Amino acid sequence: MPSGNWGLFMIRIQTEDFNIDTEVKTLRKKYRNAGGVVIFLGTARDISRGKSIKNLFFEHYPGMAEKQLNTLREEAISKFNVLDIGIIHRIGRIDIAENIVLIISVSQNRKEAFLACQWCIDELKKIVPIWKKEVTVDGEIWVEDHP
Amino acid sequence: MITVRLFAIYRERAKREKIELDIKQDTQVGDLLEVVKNSVSSIRDLISEGKGMIAVNQEIANLDTLVRDGDEVALIPPVSGGTELVFT
Repeated sequence: MPSGNWGLFMIRIQTEDFNIDTEVKTLRKKYRNAGGVVIFLGTARDISRGKSIKNLFFEHYPGMAEKQLNTLREEAISKFNVLDIGIIHRIGRIDIAENIVLIISVSQNRKEAFLACQWCIDELKKIVPIWKKEVTVDGEIWVEDHP
Repeated sequence: MITVRLFAIYRERAKREKIELDIKQDTQVGDLLEVVKNSVSSIRDLISEGKGMIAVNQEIANLDTLVRDGDEVALIPPVSGGTELVFT
């Protein structure tokens, strides 16, 4: 899906990279009453639990992953009373320092924007069927828990 | 016929993305898992550990959930960053 095209549900799962400026601009355009925008960007780091990482690989359950992301988004909007939330998660091979996941939280006030954004990434890692594999020099491991 | 979809570590260990099974009408997920364990021994130990979740038609299920002909079941390994859930 092209950059900045949020589609109906403000959720995307895709292999290609995203442009943060474009995505934020597109989402913000809808809300003249937004006073705060909080952005979380998850990126691929080169060390995990003392091991040097060569690259990551993400797999998802098509259909269910999007549904869970949307459920999470709707719950966060309601729970924190924010204007909107957009989530993009990449899948496939991700190289070190590349973008993985983007969460944009738009609110009238900054406090709710921060809270909603944090909640979303914490919950995403618990309930959304997207799995991360770390590829190291010693082999590959599917990550089961990650701070 | 029901389809059991495998992901991540399940997929790699079983060397396949799905299993198709003929089952009795209204089989419980718990019983279905036993059939899967007997059909694909390479993931028997993983299933026995009971980590992760089960989904039926893309909704989280438990061991009592009934599956019917045409359903899609998924073995969902623990997702990255979550607490380990045990099949209940």
